[in-house]
Amino acid sequence: MKRFAGILSSLALVAAYLAFDPGKAAALFSMAGSNFLVVLSILPPVFVLLGLFDAWVSRERVTARIGEKSGIAGAGLAIFLGSFAAGPLYLAFPIAETLLKKGTGLFNVFLFMGAWSTMKIPMLLFEIQSLGLKFAAVRYAMSFVGIFWIAWALERLLGPEGRRELGERYRP
Amino acid sequence: MDPTTTFVLWGLAAAGLALSWSRDPGKTRQALAKARASAKTVFAPLVTVILLVALALTALPPSVLSRLVGEESGLLGVLLASVAGSVTLIPGFAAFPMAKMLLENGAGIIQVGVLVSTLMMVGVVTLPMERAVFGWRAALGRNALAYGHSFLVGLALWLAFRVWP
Repeated sequence: MKRFAGILSSLALVAAYLAFDPGKAAALFSMAGSNFLVVLSILPPVFVLLGLFDAWVSRERVTARIGEKSGIAGAGLAIFLGSFAAGPLYLAFPIAETLLKKGTGLFNVFLFMGAWSTMKIPMLLFEIQSLGLKFAAVRYAMSFVGIFWIAWALERLLGPEGRRELGERYRP
Repeated sequence: MDPTTTFVLWGLAAAGLALSWSRDPGKTRQALAKARASAKTVFAPLVTVILLVALALTALPPSVLSRLVGEESGLLGVLLASVAGSVTLIPGFAAFPMAKMLLENGAGIIQVGVLVSTLMMVGVVTLPMERAVFGWRAALGRNALAYGHSFLVGLALWLAFRVWP
């Protein structure tokens, strides 16, 4: 029951809104429906790939490539993984969880999240198409700097204590 | 999502499964069980988010937004754009056409920059999902920092388009 509490309360909000503005029902449900289709079209393969990754790739190998001590190459790999991804940011949360379990460094996971949210290459092409090269280039450059300072500041914010806590949560 | 991405993803998953099965059916079953378990965990929050995003975008259509975040709306418009953008996390393929529409309807460049950036990076409705993975401190922190960063993005766009065009 608790699992569906979120769905039920958001349905209640939707119903309350539609009671005020019933004419919007079609627009609202067609938007929700098409987003749902997008999620259905990418969620199953993403989870199958994650499952395969989990079963076949050892923690040691991931840690060596993208772990705490992987340096610039690890950071580059994190950004590469994030920017070639597909789908909205909330799909990145379960993937970040798997990356943490496999021993990816926290800073690199934050970089991955940053790249996923705002630096995806397919999105960049789409941004150039709709908002122009200049808009896209300025925003992309800002994003590149931004995800580094955000990851850096997040590590400081968590402090050694918080970082250790999070690390221990995902230690096998 | 464009069909190519979907096609590539399904193709990769199918090829991966076939390869994995030929090498070790046991490990493949294990992988599929993991896939099913993660799908089960995110399903309910995902449906919730989709409903809330649709609600937010229907309640605040571009025609209303562009009046509120016009070139002359100043700091208040910027703040409004940042709040509207922060409520939901929507992907670029929905955010960019909306931003284009807003600009064509007279919205200001800082306001649109802040809106696009917060839409993509800051998500209040997805906070519970984010917290489940990272804990409150990191989840709130990431959103707060991304919110701050979005103002820098707006400023950079303003400098690029209005000050040194």
